[in-house]
Amino acid sequence: MGNKQTTFTDEQLEAFQDCTFFTRKEILRLHSRYRELAPHLVPLDYTNNPDIRVPLALIVTMPELKENPFRDRIVETFSEDGQGNLSFNDFVDMFSALCETSPRELKTIYAFKIYDFNRDNFICKDDLQQTLTLLTKGELTEDEVLLVCDKALEEADLDGDSKLSFSDFQNMISKAPDFLSNFHIRI
Amino acid sequence: MPPKRKNDSIVKVEDVGMDVDTVIDSGSEEEARKRTKNRRAKPQRKAKRVSDDEEDDEDEDEAPRKRGRKKKARPRDSDEDEEEDKRSVKSKGSKASRRKAAKDESDEESEEEPDKRKKGGRATSKKEKEEQNKEKKGGNGKGKERESKGGEKNKKKKNGKLSSSSSSSSEGDEDSLSEGEIAALKEQVEEKKKLIATLRNKPWRMKRRLVMLKEAQEFVEKFEGALGKGKGRKLYAYKVMMTKKFIKFKRDFENFKTACIPWERKIKEVESHFGSSVASYFIFLRWMYGLNLVLFGFMFGLVVLPEVLMGLPYGSIARKTVPRAEQDSAMDFSVLFDFGGYCKYSFLFYGYYNNERTIGLLQFRLPLSYLLVGVGIFGYSLMVVIRTMARNANEGGDGGDEGEFTFSWKMFTSWDYLIGNPETADNKYASITTSFKESIVDEQENQKDENIHLRRFLRVLANVMILCCLGGSGYLIYFVVKRSQEFAEMDNDDLSWFEKNEVEFVMSLLGLVCPPLFETIAELEDYHPRIALKWQLGRIFALFLGNLYTFLFALFDEVTAKLEREKSIKNATEWALNQYYANYSSFYNTTNVPPPDVHPSDVVRGPCWETGVGIEFVKLIVSDVQVSYLTILIGDFARAVIVRFLNYCWCWDLEAGFPSYGEFDISGNVLGLVFNQGMIWMGAFYAPGLVGLNVLRLLTSMYYQCWAVMACNVPHERVFKASRSNNFYMGLLLLVLFLSLLPVVYTIMTLPPSFDCGPFSGQEKMYDVVMETIDQDLPAFIGNIFTYATNPGLIMPAVLLMVLAIYYLNTVSKGYQQANLDLKRKMQMARDEEKNRRNNKDSTNEVMKDLEDLLPNKSLIPPPIEEEPPPDVVVEKNSKSTKTKPGSAGKGVNLQKEVSLAAPNPRGPVTRAPGARGRPPGNPRGPQPGPGRGRGRGAPPRY
Repeated sequence: MGNKQTTFTDEQLEAFQDCTFFTRKEILRLHSRYRELAPHLVPLDYTNNPDIRVPLALIVTMPELKENPFRDRIVETFSEDGQGNLSFNDFVDMFSALCETSPRELKTIYAFKIYDFNRDNFICKDDLQQTLTLLTKGELTEDEVLLVCDKALEEADLDGDSKLSFSDFQNMISKAPDFLSNFHIRI
Repeated sequence: MPPKRKNDSIVKVEDVGMDVDTVIDSGSEEEARKRTKNRRAKPQRKAKRVSDDEEDDEDEDEAPRKRGRKKKARPRDSDEDEEEDKRSVKSKGSKASRRKAAKDESDEESEEEPDKRKKGGRATSKKEKEEQNKEKKGGNGKGKERESKGGEKNKKKKNGKLSSSSSSSSEGDEDSLSEGEIAALKEQVEEKKKLIATLRNKPWRMKRRLVMLKEAQEFVEKFEGALGKGKGRKLYAYKVMMTKKFIKFKRDFENFKTACIPWERKIKEVESHFGSSVASYFIFLRWMYGLNLVLFGFMFGLVVLPEVLMGLPYGSIARKTVPRAEQDSAMDFSVLFDFGGYCKYSFLFYGYYNNERTIGLLQFRLPLSYLLVGVGIFGYSLMVVIRTMARNANEGGDGGDEGEFTFSWKMFTSWDYLIGNPETADNKYASITTSFKESIVDEQENQKDENIHLRRFLRVLANVMILCCLGGSGYLIYFVVKRSQEFAEMDNDDLSWFEKNEVEFVMSLLGLVCPPLFETIAELEDYHPRIALKWQLGRIFALFLGNLYTFLFALFDEVTAKLEREKSIKNATEWALNQYYANYSSFYNTTNVPPPDVHPSDVVRGPCWETGVGIEFVKLIVSDVQVSYLTILIGDFARAVIVRFLNYCWCWDLEAGFPSYGEFDISGNVLGLVFNQGMIWMGAFYAPGLVGLNVLRLLTSMYYQCWAVMACNVPHERVFKASRSNNFYMGLLLLVLFLSLLPVVYTIMTLPPSFDCGPFSGQEKMYDVVMETIDQDLPAFIGNIFTYATNPGLIMPAVLLMVLAIYYLNTVSKGYQQANLDLKRKMQMARDEEKNRRNNKDSTNEVMKDLEDLLPNKSLIPPPIEEEPPPDVVVEKNSKSTKTKPGSAGKGVNLQKEVSLAAPNPRGPVTRAPGARGRPPGNPRGPQPGPGRGRGRGAPPRY
């Protein structure tokens, strides 16, 4: 942003750089993107950390998220209130976790949270069914969905409690060849 | 404590702060070492710090966690009576006491707690170490704890005060509180710094991170200066500053490096339209471009440029001049286009280079440089390819356990988060649905097979047909090359364009026609698409390779013919020269004979086979480029145009129906690229300009194909797993590299170079340049060393040694693999155990239940006792066949009758309860030593 108005103080920028995988420029760009979503809501001046949240409905209109079947879950996962309202901090946090450089461990944690629809810290069969429905736009029949969920559970569930705990999920995802290449968003 | 925040709303504020500290400490301390523990603890902590409005929600979260923790903690207490352990974060007792303390005591006290908790965390993390060597490390560790505690207190200016709870929990540590405070501080500072460095990897909310960062930074700033005194302080400050600068520099450098990579945006665009698989081709193309740039740099910088700048100019000697007979047509486009005329006698080809030992002011040894660069290109390529392969292999998730998680992977990792285009997203949905359906069908059809004889017959038939195709194409090429040699004897003007370019034309045509033909034939075989793809790739590879090698052999024939011709010409010229000298000296009666005054273009010259070979390769590449570009233009662009605009006035839907739009053929393109590179490697020695030509080709390819794919292709319906085949392509490249290395090295080592062209003219063999340099320019002892080194007596043992080394490394790697497997198994075991402890075994573990139900009846059957144990032992020892595990699981179930039990179980329960948990529950049981589990005990005595 080439304007004279300061959006962030230097300390703030440094802090953001320390806390995320972004460079200074990217953080400024993120801010402008954030501001684009709700120009009347978000001030240009962020030096005094205003407590402003942009609702989910606006966030998911971003082209990066628009086509993603899990967009609502992503935004909800990263919002502090769980309702999908993102403060700028959450916003930066989201793209930092999903960026290319963030490590597999971090991504695994967030992926688990995203796929955990009912937030009970387990991916149970309901979660799987919802995931599958979103992923295939409901093109599969009831039986097929059930079969696939059963199979997935059978494969990944190590302890046989018919739901995936984080360690199950981690074990499964750590061997997945496409996880890292697919689970990231470029801003 | 924190989880029970509802109760002590007074301390809430402090709680948050305290929490922060806690995580700082435990987070930085435990670091990678205690990953699992960390992970277990983190979500809990995270949950804690969520803001008030989430309280209810969060408490729900907390409930199962806590239960789990309690369950986990209990057995550990029983396992180890380490005092610290009880105080650890997860320990119930200390938690309770602390909670009480938090309620009762004042603010300061509750702030004190983090120290204690932190220590708890540290204690757990150091537990093993301390156990192992209590004398040394244990004391040390405790001292550190004490010190760090001191530091913490220091920070909070609460030195004097010790809460009752903390004193009770750390009574043993108290005596040596003041010892080594500086060191403690230092450690503290280091911890904070580490935290700052790794903060971005923590799955916390940004707000929390910011708060933590601020605190950590404040702490570091406050105490950094206090470390070291006098001179040391300055040095320390300097060091700190330098590290900061270094980090900043690294950050900038990374930014710069990523900015230097070209076409990032283009590839991103393709990626968002076609997903990562098509993009992988372009990434491969870019990689190839980079490799070729480096090769070009070598070739151009060390061979071409010196010759052009410092060597003799054009027209000075025969090899750099167009012969008089050709001069009239040397500038004709048709001649130039065939790389005759001026092209043939330019720096593009081998023949142009002079055999002067040194050129220019710098005494540059061109012939030596030529040879070394020619060989060095191979060395460099080999190194780069192998390095890339190794890196690819290292990248996690190499699909080693392919098939283990088909469905879960499809479910959780198939969506490409990069997709931002609605059409592509639709395609992706469709392709995911299809792939799910396919997997379902696969799963259902696993056992089904109808009319195996017909299928076998068809497969054999298909293979025979394909072999015929391959043989036919090989013969065709041989025939054509032979014929072209006949044509070469004839006059140039009598030949049509086709006759002149027959070889290249036929080769390109074969490359164009055969792959689709193979695909059609492969329909007969009815393989699974993934297997079919591999076959297809293998066949195309064989075709290309066969064609290339036939071409090479034909070329060798030509070369030997040329060598014959050259010999006679050489004799003739020598004879003529002698005549001239004899005549001259007898006529002028002098021994000082000037060289014959013949214009360079009139000199009689040999055929210069090297240039001939170079021209063949260049022509091949050029025609390849033409054909592939034309294919794209006609096969993709024209097709897309027709489909698009004729669709308005056609009787069926062209877009959806027969021609439709083309798909991007990833495998074919990659193979084409690989073989193109093979030809470059082979031809580069005879035509230094070829590398430059290839760089141009790749560059235009990049833009042209990017445009073509965006403009006229549609995303794949089939998902082609690119990431997994990445190394497959690299493997092909390596193979091609090796295969192209062979002929070049053969010619360098055995064939005599032309006598009147190229940098090696006048030598017996090309590598004589190296010998010459060693003899004349290097000190004698190096020559001696070289002679010894090339002695067969030394080489044989060296080869032997290498073989031994390979054998040894192979064995070691096998050992590692085994260890890896064991560890994996152990991990699974541990996880399992943990889970089983947490969950109610009876209600969840149906297999076990079934087994238990079976026990009384089955135990009455004695016969299987004898025959049972062996297979069990085998299974456990092998420990690879997870499928058999559930069987062995059975015997672990009851303690007394394990022997008789084991017999019937393997079959019964395994087939009965496959759905819920075929493999997993069995896994831990087989080899598990069973320390904490009564049930597992059954297994060990069997060994």
